[in-house]
Amino acid sequence: MTIESMIWLIPLAPILAFFIIVLFTNRSKWLSHTLAILAALTSAVMVFWLISKVLSTEHFGEHPIQSYLPWFPAGDSWFTISVLVDPLTILTLFFVAVTILMIFIYSVGYHNFGAPKGDHDRPGLQPHGATVSDAHGHKHTVMSIEPMYSRFFAFFGLFAFGMYLLVTTGNLLVLFIGWEIMGLCSYLLIGFWFAKPSARAAGIKAFLTTRVADVLMLLGIAYLYFATGTLNYKEIFVPEVLEGLAATPAIGNILGLSAAGLIGILIVIGTIGKSSQWPLHVWLPDAMEGPTPVSAMIHAATMVSAGVYLVIRFFPLLSAGWDGHGLTAPMQLMAFIGTFTAIFAATIAIAQNDVKRVLAYSTISQLGFMIAALGIGGYIAAAFHLMTHAFFKALLFLGSGSVIHGVEHGVLHTGDHIDPQDMFNMGGLRKKMPVTFWTFLVGGFALAGFPILTAGFWSKDEILADAFIHQHWPVFITLAVAALITAFYTMRQITLTFLGQPRTKAAEHAHESHWTMTLPLVILAIFAVVIGWAGIPEEFPVLGGILPNVVHVVGESLPEHPEAIPFNWLPLLTSIVVSLGGLFLGWLVYRNVKAGQPDPLAKPLGPIWTVLKNKYYFDELYDYIFVRPAKWMAEDFAIWMDTNVIDGILHGIASVGPILGSFFRNYIDKPIVNGFGDWIADVTRKMGVSLRVIQTGRIQQYMLMALVSLVAFGVVFYLLLVQ
Amino acid sequence: MIPLSWYLIFAAALFCIGLYTVLVRRNAIIILMGIELMLNAVNVNLVAFWRYVNPQVIAGQVFAVMVFAVAAAEVAVGLAIFISLYRRRNTVAADEVDLMKW
Repeated sequence: MTIESMIWLIPLAPILAFFIIVLFTNRSKWLSHTLAILAALTSAVMVFWLISKVLSTEHFGEHPIQSYLPWFPAGDSWFTISVLVDPLTILTLFFVAVTILMIFIYSVGYHNFGAPKGDHDRPGLQPHGATVSDAHGHKHTVMSIEPMYSRFFAFFGLFAFGMYLLVTTGNLLVLFIGWEIMGLCSYLLIGFWFAKPSARAAGIKAFLTTRVADVLMLLGIAYLYFATGTLNYKEIFVPEVLEGLAATPAIGNILGLSAAGLIGILIVIGTIGKSSQWPLHVWLPDAMEGPTPVSAMIHAATMVSAGVYLVIRFFPLLSAGWDGHGLTAPMQLMAFIGTFTAIFAATIAIAQNDVKRVLAYSTISQLGFMIAALGIGGYIAAAFHLMTHAFFKALLFLGSGSVIHGVEHGVLHTGDHIDPQDMFNMGGLRKKMPVTFWTFLVGGFALAGFPILTAGFWSKDEILADAFIHQHWPVFITLAVAALITAFYTMRQITLTFLGQPRTKAAEHAHESHWTMTLPLVILAIFAVVIGWAGIPEEFPVLGGILPNVVHVVGESLPEHPEAIPFNWLPLLTSIVVSLGGLFLGWLVYRNVKAGQPDPLAKPLGPIWTVLKNKYYFDELYDYIFVRPAKWMAEDFAIWMDTNVIDGILHGIASVGPILGSFFRNYIDKPIVNGFGDWIADVTRKMGVSLRVIQTGRIQQYMLMALVSLVAFGVVFYLLLVQ
Repeated sequence: MIPLSWYLIFAAALFCIGLYTVLVRRNAIIILMGIELMLNAVNVNLVAFWRYVNPQVIAGQVFAVMVFAVAAAEVAVGLAIFISLYRRRNTVAADEVDLMKW
């Protein structure tokens, strides 16, 4: 098999698994999850084989693997789709393959495979636990298996297909197809427990919010196709085309943008929706209503990363006309949105108590870091952080799922009705769940950017260094503060969850999760540390140059390779200080929280705390601006419109009808149509009456008449003809 | 030789007698006889014209023979109708048979 045809086949296994599970094996839970994991494994093996091939290729970045296929005729040419494997694809495929496989395996344990069926579990609701009796006849409650187990793995298969399709393709339209498939899966999986009203609402919210962005993005795609006649990356990202786009003014001269600027902004808007950036960030925290593997896979590691992947991929277009100074319009937009979102979401994360919501806001914040990095031209930094973030955020989410699982076990055991996701109901879990604790610690430190050891440090440092070297001071300072807050809330989370003493009985009875859950945690934890070493700057003191900087190869995906940034002590010190400082502060403030005690920061911050707690009231704001008017339009206004306008028109037409009808009846039908018919009948009758007297029935009279007529006619003809 | 006009006058007289008979007599059989007279008046004309105008072609004689045949057939049908009429209505007077009246 050639390497090109294999690239086409990478997404195949998960979609096959999806169809087989949906159509045939959905009754067998074991078969379904085996199939799904095998599919993920197949794709992962193909990806790793591809990576091994590629690593042995010299100057791979300049000669990416491409393959074209005509899809459908468009006018006088064919619309071709393609696959493209360049260093950026490899980097993305790498973390996608690993995280997807890990999350698939983790889901087996998370959905309690092997546990008994619940007492009154039903599809669409979280499992509530099952009562079992042991050998001594004691009854106790244990966790029960997810009723829609097979369906979950089917959705995951479809999702993995969408992601692989999106990454391997070399065509923007196919990327958009993968993008939308993932959007659908996101909706289905957020609302997986659809009998829960909040989950249902969250699914709809996620779908509608991202749809707003997707429509604009589709406009951008259409405009790009209109402007260039192709959607294949390699045909667009050539200097002539890009310069042409940058030189042409946009349609209608909107805001004085160039065509490249307008297309770029529309594509960035797509990313803002998908990667949950302000102002479309509202859906991601609510998406935590879904099962935790969903949060890990879709809302941390893969789908939201796809948004960042898109802008990294389209960086040549977004930066078209950029000469190293003066950012282009899409870059300015990205720099602003990314930086703002990074600090905005980080501040909200401080005040959240739900273990998953904290991670959700941290995801938004970290994605903001990447977008901001790209906005200031930090192509490699953004790609690097995208990869490290995928690993440690998947790890953190899976870890939080393990924590919730453990506490849920305690809740079932004690019978207390407490929220198993509230961090204030936890505490002291490090002894109960050691593997989860240590892996979570690694993930948390990576997120906080713990110096030297963790992956997050290297990638975040690269972003800060980029901002510093290119003298984007507002971006640099804001991101540094955001990094400080990140470290702070990460330590707050770790302290509240794992350190100190248990604050509830449920936390006391928590226990370590099944190996199917902890194994992925351990593997991801290793990646969360090791992967950073692939991107250590060459000029870094002592450590630089020991390991080759593999990540830097990603820059070869660009037509013009970006230069490595020169080393500078100041951003390095900044990132070390904010990271360690944030972690220390977090530990200091939260180390002694007792059961029932409010958040120690609630009092000193006062009203600010309330605002943060309520996420700057964005949900309420959108509710007033969009949701309520929409509902009002749909309900009250529509009814008013229906009863008054539409019914009014119908009634008007109805009342004109009889008037028109009687007019026709009285002035046209009766006198003209009927009158004519009656007249003909009348005349015929009168003629009959007047002529019937000659019908005597006597043959001789008839003959006489005939004779007389003949003679008369004869005389007439004679007179006429002869004279 | 007798001139053609004499034959024509004779035929016309015969025709008028027949016509008169048809119009004024009540008895249907006599009316039928009148019709026969009129047909024979025509025959006289046919034969006379043949003889005087175009004696080489025998079309006139043939025509006359055909008129005889038709007249015989007509009489046969007519007499049959009269017998049937007499059986039903006990009369053959033309003015009493006015079923076709309005």
